[in-house]
Amino acid sequence: MSVLVYTESDNGKFKKNAMEAASYAHKLAEQLGTTVTAITINVEDSEVIGNYGVSKILKVTSDKLSIFNAKAYATAIAQAVENEGASAIVVSSSTDTKYMAAILAGILKAGYCTNVVAPPISTNPLVVKRTAFSNKGFAHTQYKTATNIIGVSNNAYGIFENNLSPMVEDFDPKLNDSDFSVQSLNIDKVVGKATIADADIVVSGGRGLKGPENWGMIEELAEVLGAATACSKPVSDMGWRSHSEHVGQTGKPVASNLYIAIGISGAIQHLAGINASKVKVVINTDPEAPFFKAADYGIIGDAFEVVPKLTEKLKEFKAQNA
Amino acid sequence: MKILVCISNVPDTTSKINFTEGDTKFDTNGVQFVINPNDEFGLTRAMWFKEKQGATITVATVGGATVEPTMRKALAIGADEAIRINAEPTDGLFVAQQLTEVIKTGSYDLIIAGRESIDYNGGMVPGMMSAMLNYNFINTCIGLEIEGNTATAIREIDGGKEKISATLPLIVGGQKGLVEESDLRIPNMRGIMMARQKKLNVLEPIDASFGTEDIKFEKPAAKGAVKLVESDNISDLIDLLHNEAKVI
Repeated sequence: MSVLVYTESDNGKFKKNAMEAASYAHKLAEQLGTTVTAITINVEDSEVIGNYGVSKILKVTSDKLSIFNAKAYATAIAQAVENEGASAIVVSSSTDTKYMAAILAGILKAGYCTNVVAPPISTNPLVVKRTAFSNKGFAHTQYKTATNIIGVSNNAYGIFENNLSPMVEDFDPKLNDSDFSVQSLNIDKVVGKATIADADIVVSGGRGLKGPENWGMIEELAEVLGAATACSKPVSDMGWRSHSEHVGQTGKPVASNLYIAIGISGAIQHLAGINASKVKVVINTDPEAPFFKAADYGIIGDAFEVVPKLTEKLKEFKAQNA
Repeated sequence: MKILVCISNVPDTTSKINFTEGDTKFDTNGVQFVINPNDEFGLTRAMWFKEKQGATITVATVGGATVEPTMRKALAIGADEAIRINAEPTDGLFVAQQLTEVIKTGSYDLIIAGRESIDYNGGMVPGMMSAMLNYNFINTCIGLEIEGNTATAIREIDGGKEKISATLPLIVGGQKGLVEESDLRIPNMRGIMMARQKKLNVLEPIDASFGTEDIKFEKPAAKGAVKLVESDNISDLIDLLHNEAKVI
């Protein structure tokens, strides 16, 4: 009856969301009076996840699973659920895991809540709090099934250390060729740069920047902060920046600790996509821009003057606080 | 090729979100409903297949009679027929089972749904259906070509994209990129007139289990006013972000 957590990794190393998911699973297990088992796929030092309250690890090592495949991963995790007799499964909210977990929920006929932002409100029955209406509301959602999947939002619950020495068990899921019938042909991925999904800080530029040639200062600011760069919809529609940087309702969702909007007026569709960010800063010449109503901190001013100065001051700050 | 496009009837993006009946229900009062944006990209891509490669398009939804204007709009855009399953779409698992029944009966080659609806943001129905039907499934799909029995798709991943190949029947969780926003169609008068003649079949739901139930809603806490920093005192902003917000 343990809680099972799928701890996601990239290139053999746990992702930050694996620690968040494990921390959440530990909290849930505490409330249920049980322990946490993690399933890891192709992670070398899998014991590390014991630092976040995991008692047991089902360690999968498989060349076939070296490239993410949603169906095959879901099938493997479903077998781990059975192996552990788990009634609660905790997963993250990355693009890959949302893809996988929906299939897993279908296999297990499990109730599944995505975008969960707080520890369970109750465990009998199991009720969780999740965002809904594109961050314009929250729902308290009660599970109706025997097996339940909880999808924890990025940057919502937090990371908590609970140092345990986990028991590591090799786990060999039975996979058929049909589990790999969706085939990856080619992956085109930015390496060595913070991504919008994983970054703690996102620096985003809008139409106020007047043209793609002015993005240097956005990138410079992002570099000082170790941030990912993003843009508003008009900017990607005009081809100033790639679609993969578009954040908002129809673009990528953002749930960072800090979101800095530069020259973005704050259309409702944009705010819907970034509202899950904890702290929002706006820099805009127009004091009437709607973003000032959504932001925590603001500077009314010309981005072309403010941003280079901000970058300069941040460099000094970083040098002092290094 | 037979295409099924699964559609959610959702509040327009600009809607004010309020709750009623002791915060247990979404307040639909004065709310304008539209085709879920992610589904509309899928429907438009389906129209491209219909016009360039020959296909028939059925749209399906789970909902009460109030969703019919949204279905008529999908027919006016160019879908050939519509199916409404007469039940409240209470949770993803329930909806997935209902639509799975439609897919089995209609034996579609390609099923396009949105990656998520913009109301409850579950993002689970297409994946659940793929498991129940044992069909191939590609999520967050931003490009889709079909040749014969094979689909080549582009999927958005964190930090990039992935090119994927899969055979039909295939379920797709679509989003912007399947077509561009400028390709979306506003129904013209001829389309609206023709839509009136098209079949909108109403089916009763099958017995199905529920995954979850929303028992209460709340609105985000009212946000304090923005703290403005003078553009001459940028160090103040750094100070606030470091000492007050503690995010740098």
